[in-house]
Amino acid sequence: MGVQGIIGRKVGMTQIYGENGAAIPATVIEAGPCVVIQRKTAAKDGYEAAKLGLVAKSKVKRISRSVKQCYEKIGLPPCRVSREIRVDADAEFQVGDRIAVDMFTPGDSVNITGVSKGKGFQGVIRRHGFSGGAKSHGSMFHRAPGSIGASAYPSRVLKGMKAAGHMGDARITVGNLKVERIDVENNLLIVRGAVPGAAGGYLIIIRKSGAPLKG
Amino acid sequence: MNPMERVEAGDIRQDRPRILPGDVVRVHVRVKETSIKEEGRGKTKETERERVQVFEGIVIGLRGAGARATLTVRKVSFGEGVERIFPLHAPTVEKVEVIKHARVRRAKLYYLRERKGRAGRMKEKRVQA
Repeated sequence: MGVQGIIGRKVGMTQIYGENGAAIPATVIEAGPCVVIQRKTAAKDGYEAAKLGLVAKSKVKRISRSVKQCYEKIGLPPCRVSREIRVDADAEFQVGDRIAVDMFTPGDSVNITGVSKGKGFQGVIRRHGFSGGAKSHGSMFHRAPGSIGASAYPSRVLKGMKAAGHMGDARITVGNLKVERIDVENNLLIVRGAVPGAAGGYLIIIRKSGAPLKG
Repeated sequence: MNPMERVEAGDIRQDRPRILPGDVVRVHVRVKETSIKEEGRGKTKETERERVQVFEGIVIGLRGAGARATLTVRKVSFGEGVERIFPLHAPTVEKVEVIKHARVRRAKLYYLRERKGRAGRMKEKRVQA
């Protein structure tokens, strides 16, 4: 079993038609091609992982010397985006291996991780789904959080209390998305449903364990 | 071609005519029908069959682009206004025929909803292909 994931870029959403003519909401992802730029091992790094780099479409010009030398050492052109993916200790792969969309087959189930759209400072209703009070009929309780604890005991606010604050712009994983189509030639992956973040955002796509392997 | 157009290109039906607001169209939709037949003693038998239904009316609006385009068709059926929104490139939409064109000055003809009878008639336009 090799590396079970790939780096992608969200292109946007559209709809495609299934066999019975039903419209399927779909996200288009430009996935890969990627190269393995480092193998992390439990012995050396404390955990098992593969560091993938998204192959840059144009030459990476501005780059720090330390990063540049890392790529020179493995003899690959530098990448702009890199992500780590956990692998099993006995996974078969090497630094320099190429990973492309053909690792997936339509029907596969994948988990997709990305950074969600920032929503700014949001109240408790939008951020945590509180119900709020009535708008009228004499109600004086509208969108406030309500009581956040008792007085004499514990005389403090418990940690982790749901409150208003910054929402979004967080790392989110959406599980169990179905691969609808792949386009190997254009490195496109089409999955059913929505994926975190805005168009142009980078994603990590990981095949769900237990899904049938190809080849 | 950008990646999005590339994905949609496969779903776009090339056999759709050029449709404009104000056109009278005939939309052929495939519908699935399930008829339940009673066979006594609470037993029923379901039979499913597919047939083509024709919806004829005036295009009162077009929406979206690429494979996601839709058209809103309005007709008056037994004195009751009926509107249906069809995805232009859906495989269930077998065929769209343009019957007549009309001279209109709006992209969305929602004002037709308030008109009854002859007030809703429109001047025909000769085809300019």
